[in-house]
Amino acid sequence: MSFLIDSSIMITSQIFFFGFGWLFFMRQLFKDYEVRQYVVQVIFSVTFAFSCTMFELIIFEILGVLNSSSRYFHWKMNLCVILLILVFMVPFYIGYFIVSNIRLLHKQRLLFSCLLWLTFMYFFWKLGDPFPILSPKHGILSIEQLISRVGVIGVTLMALLSGFGAVNCPYTYLSYFLRNVTDTDIVALERRLLQTMDMIISKKKRMAMTRRTMFQKGEVHNKPSGFWGMIKSVTTSAPGSENLTLIQQEVDALEELSRQLFLETADLYATKERIEYSKTFKGKYFNFLGYFFSIYCVWKIFMATINIVFDRVGKTDPVTRGIEITVNYLGIQFDVKFWSQHISFILVGIIIVTSIRGLLITLTKFFYAISSSKSSNVIVLLLAQIMGMYFVSSVLLIRMSMPLEYRTIVTEVLGELQFNFYHRWFDVIFLVSALSSILFLYLAHKQAPEKHMTP
Amino acid sequence: MASLDRVKVLVLGDSGVGKSSLVHLLCQNQVLGNPSWTVGCSVDVRVHDYKEGTPEEKTYYIEFWDVGGSVGSASSVKSTRAVFYNSVNGIILVHDLTNKKSSQNLYRWSLEALNRDLVPTGVLVTNGDYDREQFADNQIPLLVIGTKLDQIHETKRHEVLTRTAFLAEDFNAEEINLDCTNPRYLAAGSSNAVKLSRFFDKVIEKRYFLRDGNQIPGFPDRKRFGGGTLKSLHYD
Repeated sequence: MSFLIDSSIMITSQIFFFGFGWLFFMRQLFKDYEVRQYVVQVIFSVTFAFSCTMFELIIFEILGVLNSSSRYFHWKMNLCVILLILVFMVPFYIGYFIVSNIRLLHKQRLLFSCLLWLTFMYFFWKLGDPFPILSPKHGILSIEQLISRVGVIGVTLMALLSGFGAVNCPYTYLSYFLRNVTDTDIVALERRLLQTMDMIISKKKRMAMTRRTMFQKGEVHNKPSGFWGMIKSVTTSAPGSENLTLIQQEVDALEELSRQLFLETADLYATKERIEYSKTFKGKYFNFLGYFFSIYCVWKIFMATINIVFDRVGKTDPVTRGIEITVNYLGIQFDVKFWSQHISFILVGIIIVTSIRGLLITLTKFFYAISSSKSSNVIVLLLAQIMGMYFVSSVLLIRMSMPLEYRTIVTEVLGELQFNFYHRWFDVIFLVSALSSILFLYLAHKQAPEKHMTP
Repeated sequence: MASLDRVKVLVLGDSGVGKSSLVHLLCQNQVLGNPSWTVGCSVDVRVHDYKEGTPEEKTYYIEFWDVGGSVGSASSVKSTRAVFYNSVNGIILVHDLTNKKSSQNLYRWSLEALNRDLVPTGVLVTNGDYDREQFADNQIPLLVIGTKLDQIHETKRHEVLTRTAFLAEDFNAEEINLDCTNPRYLAAGSSNAVKLSRFFDKVIEKRYFLRDGNQIPGFPDRKRFGGGTLKSLHYD
């Protein structure tokens, strides 16, 4: 009986998460596009729902809600469904939509998308070889095989995003790094942009007039097409069309310049807005936060280096360690069990919420930056895949933040994975990502002011 | 030859609707083989005979400024785009017939170009009276072009074309529906070509000729001439 009640609670929460994912998709991601393939929206919302359910189960584990056997059952079921989605459904649909975009292969869409999926599975399987993630006693078709590989990809993603985020956050918040941009800079750059456009226009006018006179005289300008066309154009070419190709090359160079100027001007406007923002109250608050985050970032990099150099993996979680310190060194006595449960609930809850929110915001920004109306389906599915893998590996890593008594179920459900390896791998990739972001931001920062110093 | 007079026409619309293909078709009478994203603004020029076939025939350059980007871009991108909207003589609004959102976004595009402030909500409710007022005092000629006509199935065509007719009416503009990969839609003598020619003539008129036939030196943005709209000349 209690199993039924528990299941109905789980299902209700899943429907709630599904609805949230649906709304997020419609209002945020796809607000400038039209959804034509509802399959994409459904897949995205389902992935989101099942990922959030995993986090919900962790919280339930800590709080002791629901029957422990029904929790275990739901864990297993959830995991199976999510693996099914991440390994079978989403890659297949990504392949399907990619193939649909290519006109040539339109007729045999299904065949080619199956081929793409098989290629994906091959590389996915091969991914597991160089990593010491499995003990030899697992069979080939066990759930651990899939999870370990998904875990590797997800942990890599998490570490990359963490590293970049840890460095980028103080860089964005601190107004120390803001370049000084005045209105005269912007006006000067705009003038250059318009001058370039005028030059392009005058050349295009010449081309249009030349084409018109050629047309009226009866010469036809054919661009050399194909192999024989190119050979023919070596010996015979009308003087008018030669002229045209020369001017066209000049125009191409000018157009490239105009694009660069446009992007630079947009960059200057964005910097100017940030300067305005930093003078407001909110801006000052974020500037203050920026200092904290930079200290946090430096500490994290330091800890990651120590972990790698001294080859140690923390055995205890921060909650238990904090409690130990307060009890042993500060002599404060309190009900350890009670408090450890609540504190770990709060800590884990904060970690979960901030990571979900951070991921959704990053995904949205990424989506706006690179999507177009043709590729929006593929990109959303890719984002759903990334999101699913990210959340699965969060569960893997969050195990470290939980006290021992709550860890058992995660260990039980996920099987005997080499958890230490994942933490080590996370540290390595985090370090690499943070250091290369610092390098990248340094170069970008250095290069920018010189660009608009030149007249 | 470069001393011909010119008019500037903006080509606006969501990304991916086919503005670059359209401009290429209008200016070079060829289909664009490899369309790619437009960053910033790409320009092309067409030579047009004003009042073709009459004794007052005169040749003009028509510059098409194809501005890339989406209507929901960051405000820094919008401020940068605004530099292209100066002294515009005509606007072509392009939307994708297979994508309803691109048609809805045309309202925001036109308001952005005409320098009106828009309430920053995502949804714009089309109420006939409200929109007519916004565009009633607009002096810049508009043309609405719907692309990808070939991708609309025969059965849905009537419904789509009714919807676009309402859209064009809201803008007080003519409309043309075509497929940018097929030059026959704009073949000389077809009704589309006539509408296009009429639009260009209207743009040139508003720029260079007052009601009494004198030439205007420059085009001020928000002034009204004589307090009423100009009567458009009719061609048979």
